[in-house]
Amino acid sequence: MSKQIKYSKAIHEAFTYLLENHEEFFVIGQGLWSPWYVGETMKDLDKKFGKSRVIDTPVSELAVTGATIGASITGFKPLVVHPRVDFMLLAIDQIVTQAAKWRHMFGNNSSAPATFRAIINRGGEQGAQHSQSLQSWFAHIPGLKVVMPYDANDARDLLISSVLADDPVIFMDDRWLYDEESEDKGIKLIDLKDVKPEIISQGEDLTIVGSGFTMKQIIDSKKEILDLGVEPEIIDLRILNPIDFNIIIKSVEKTGRLLVVDGDWASCGIAAEVICSVTEVVNPSFFKSKPIRLTLEDAPAPTSRVLEEEYYISKERIIAAAKKIM
Amino acid sequence: MYVKKSNHFMSNFENLNDINSFTHFSEIDTSDISNETLIKMLYKMILIRRAEEKISVNVENGVIKCPCHLAIGQEAIAVAAGLSMIDGDKAFGAHRSHAHFLALNENTYSLFCEVLGKEDGCSRGMGGSMHIIDQKNGFYGSVPIVGATIPIATGAGLSISLKREENLSISYFGDGACEEGVLHESLNLASVMNLPTIFICENNLFSSHLRIDQRQPDLYTSRFALAHKIESKVLDGNNITELYKFMKNQFISVRKSHKPFFIEALTYRWKGHVGFREDEDVGVKRSQDLSKWRDRDPILLLVNELIKESKLSKVELKKMENEILDKIDSDWDKALNAKFPDKSNLKNFVYS
Repeated sequence: MSKQIKYSKAIHEAFTYLLENHEEFFVIGQGLWSPWYVGETMKDLDKKFGKSRVIDTPVSELAVTGATIGASITGFKPLVVHPRVDFMLLAIDQIVTQAAKWRHMFGNNSSAPATFRAIINRGGEQGAQHSQSLQSWFAHIPGLKVVMPYDANDARDLLISSVLADDPVIFMDDRWLYDEESEDKGIKLIDLKDVKPEIISQGEDLTIVGSGFTMKQIIDSKKEILDLGVEPEIIDLRILNPIDFNIIIKSVEKTGRLLVVDGDWASCGIAAEVICSVTEVVNPSFFKSKPIRLTLEDAPAPTSRVLEEEYYISKERIIAAAKKIM
Repeated sequence: MYVKKSNHFMSNFENLNDINSFTHFSEIDTSDISNETLIKMLYKMILIRRAEEKISVNVENGVIKCPCHLAIGQEAIAVAAGLSMIDGDKAFGAHRSHAHFLALNENTYSLFCEVLGKEDGCSRGMGGSMHIIDQKNGFYGSVPIVGATIPIATGAGLSISLKREENLSISYFGDGACEEGVLHESLNLASVMNLPTIFICENNLFSSHLRIDQRQPDLYTSRFALAHKIESKVLDGNNITELYKFMKNQFISVRKSHKPFFIEALTYRWKGHVGFREDEDVGVKRSQDLSKWRDRDPILLLVNELIKESKLSKVELKKMENEILDKIDSDWDKALNAKFPDKSNLKNFVYS
């Protein structure tokens, strides 16, 4: 069997690579000297590389994020860790109104190439304020790039690409993926500008698009969908802003059917964006049925496990949606 | 001495209605400053004043469309700090930053082009008055979101600290920004991480239309430095010799110690919050106060002293004034004729 790599280990490898090879890189954020804030993904990095390059901080999301941006404007390629997206919202002015605008409003005379690692950490009855992902929010902002890897190799390689890019990037990793394994293909250096959606498995009957954890659910559903006599073409978005829709458009022109699964809310979301951008281009005569989006219910995350089952996307729902669209 | 020994937990507002009782006011003292530097100070202050007057007139007549927040009356602070900076120091401004910019580069053409939205502007016409930058000369950008550059300047301090450079970063902000939580987060961060950042609060007593006694329980914003164990000093914001002497020495010390410092410069803006009007800003009448503050014009204070000490003649002053006016008129006319940006620039700078 080929060598496997866990998603969390892959992120750890990316940090190790960056700390070893890039003097201009440092990582800062709450909990970086604690073993439990960010799981295995940063274990003992402070011990190996020192507390001046792996920096734990006061409880000040706004100032710490702003300081990261300040360091990025003055020569560093830093990354700030937010162990939960929910808390990162305290820093929204710095991310959306400062970093994302910095290059444009100064006429290309400056830039803020900081990376914001936003960890999606939900489920387990954590409730409304410990469960958000909000990728669509960030993907709405011109000037911000939003990266959301599903595959462990991508988690490593795109983290490196995000940090080395000359733009501000939101890098979103999902704790539900940390124990997932992929075949270890080794570090591949990719320019973030070249990152596009990717076909994970080819099929003729139905295009299914997802990103991050929903990709795992789609892949887990593949066997049952095949059992229905439907060959799905599965596409991993990988980068949510800006999106190159060409691959999805070509796929839909072939299959005539589109199902988009997004682990965020429906309203003004990524799923709507994908469906809209495809239907604007693909001739209606290609469509054999109406596109479907499968998302979270438009409600805050509940706590009770009974309601959680109702709220989150499941394999069964993906299979049901595939049936419906056929 | 000019530093008010204030009890930080008592209100100091009795001064507000009688500026002559402001205990931090001080006399111009030219000792230990070379003639060359004194003349440079005066030149820069007058240049900034006349440039902003030019902008003011053209806001009033509608030629300039973007919002302009003028610093007329506050020039001494920017000039003193600018003259105390060295290569590698990095300053960040806010909404009222023309003076911070011009103190470092005297480039009125670039500023005029920017407020007119022209390609030759310091931000290629993409920023206007509120987004100006000149990294080459140490000005790393200004933005109008209140307090937003405070953590960014703190991060520039972190850069300097990580690279172990003998430099510093400067965060310019006003008394209004002290009401934003981010100032307090940033002061704490700079203090606990030992960052070489100078926090300069230009306390001009007003945030937009509200005087400080309507917004805070005390006149002095440097009390917040005390809470974070950052050393601070209250200075006469209209006395350039005092500002310069203090900043010059303090900057040298911060570059070596890599410890933050908080400077509070008390001053007064002559114009309203935004635009050309003087004593009427969103219904606020300040004409009585303003006439008293005009007597403490930072330019006038220096001119009077230099003439008294025979370091400048009236003829030389007139010559300097004329040179400046000529430069400003010619830069303005050139800016009026400069090119607007190419339409493709709208999408050119979103990403690298």
